[in-house]
Amino acid sequence: MSWLRGKDDTRPWTGGYYPYDLVKELCVATGVIGLMAVLLTILFSSPDEKPSTIAQWSRSLPQNFSTTAAEELAGTSGTATYGPPYNHNGTGQEAWILRPQKWLGVSHPIDTEKDFVVGPLEAIPGDARLTAALNEYKAASEQQKKAWAEAYAKPLEETAAAEEEEKKPPGTVTVNEAAGSVAVKPSGDAGPVPVMMERLLALAKSGGVDGSLLTSSQFFQTDYTKPLLFMADGGLLEKRAERDHLLGEQWGIMNETGSYPGQAWLWLYAVWYQIEPFKSSENADILVMMIMGVLSLALVLIPFIPGVRALPRWIPIYRLIWREHYRAIEHPRADG
Amino acid sequence: MSAEPPPSPGSWTARIREAGVRALPPDKLLPDGQPTYVASWIYVFGVLSLASLVVIVLSGSILALKGPAWWHYTSVGHFFNSIHLWAVELFFFVMVVHLWGKYWMAAWRGGRARVWMTGAVVFLVAVPTALTGYVSQQNFDAQWISTQAKDGLNSVGVGAFFNVTNFGQMYSWHILLLPIAVVALVTAHVLLVRKHGVVPPFDLEERRAALAATDSPGGGAGR
Repeated sequence: MSWLRGKDDTRPWTGGYYPYDLVKELCVATGVIGLMAVLLTILFSSPDEKPSTIAQWSRSLPQNFSTTAAEELAGTSGTATYGPPYNHNGTGQEAWILRPQKWLGVSHPIDTEKDFVVGPLEAIPGDARLTAALNEYKAASEQQKKAWAEAYAKPLEETAAAEEEEKKPPGTVTVNEAAGSVAVKPSGDAGPVPVMMERLLALAKSGGVDGSLLTSSQFFQTDYTKPLLFMADGGLLEKRAERDHLLGEQWGIMNETGSYPGQAWLWLYAVWYQIEPFKSSENADILVMMIMGVLSLALVLIPFIPGVRALPRWIPIYRLIWREHYRAIEHPRADG
Repeated sequence: MSAEPPPSPGSWTARIREAGVRALPPDKLLPDGQPTYVASWIYVFGVLSLASLVVIVLSGSILALKGPAWWHYTSVGHFFNSIHLWAVELFFFVMVVHLWGKYWMAAWRGGRARVWMTGAVVFLVAVPTALTGYVSQQNFDAQWISTQAKDGLNSVGVGAFFNVTNFGQMYSWHILLLPIAVVALVTAHVLLVRKHGVVPPFDLEERRAALAATDSPGGGAGR
């Protein structure tokens, strides 16, 4: 295994020493870093943009909220088709024969139909029309439920697609800006879904969906997975992120709101998403994570990697680092 | 009764103490001198990394004392959050310079591979330590970063037990588990540095031999 260690002729130091106070050095360094942190704080502070809520989302973008909610009900949203760890409706990402996302299974189960739509609606008391609609919906077959939901979601999705492509919308969706309401002309029989969606929008605007998704399992709650995934399926977070240069194609995760340096140390992770084949790959995340895993291991194992471990000897930056030392032994008389 | 306890050869305590003193005698653990080749500004970045970590832990402890929401509604809390943020930025900056400096010194030479490896692992563990802080901020940054970071972690199965959208879990990792890991690794790294000493320059003995040959009668290996 000597090849693993490589040629190493480094011998213990037998030369001179000079007095040095390590503890004092650490104390002074801590003072210097502390002062620098205070100075940077005084000059730049730190960002703290208020979080978005489902209530804000449904009030400012009611059409987008209704489209997302209809997709959650129809099972066609990003979360609904995500796969593990949220549900079995997708296989997750894969690389070669590796499917760790699938292998680890569903650990945070989310049924978007029940968790994001039916569940919050069931908590609304004293609304006979909604109760009747929910009863009709729950009594229907799975096939019927899907047909109703898709009939309601289709015009909303077509309108969203037309707006994104800056084309003329089909005119099947009308938004009342003043009232913050959305009227949808379903593409077929939507059964009780229009009533459910209308009530869900009203509940969301009142803040009821935020509360319902957070307290659905217990009183004390710190798991924001459901409200965050629901919002991430919609457009508000993305809209804010684009304004703050946080999208994936804008080097996303390493940035921070405002002009703060953010997680600059993630630059190498972020760079892969900017180049092909990763940029357009459906399996970009697992591929980038695997590359970063290999590179991280390589960083730790540099002492054992031929070539990489020899570079410092070939490129004499060490002459600069130890210039005093080399000067002393090469010109001993001049240095006294 | 004697003034000192009698020697106890089978004592676990005594064995650990003796092994510790053997590996790191006090004058090696806390020497008051440095080899003469330790004379460059690049050496400052190691202790600056340690100093940044001290400031991070102190400012983080103050934030932890008051709870995760305190810094959103008080100017004092925001001040300490800013100190914490900038200390982290400084920590990564000086640590990366330290890593590069040690790379160009090939600081793993002379049986120091573990020194390099523990240092590199500190950097790698510091990355999720910072990430868990970013997703525990309870603001828009936390919302966006967590919903984006989940995909990478889910794709390799990590998301099954490390859920970045679960604030409670991330906060626990950020203020307890990962800091313990970072501090433990840094401690191991520093103790290994003290055990092995600072790596000497390249070709030290060869240069001395060459110089000796040049100075000796008949020697003339010009350079």
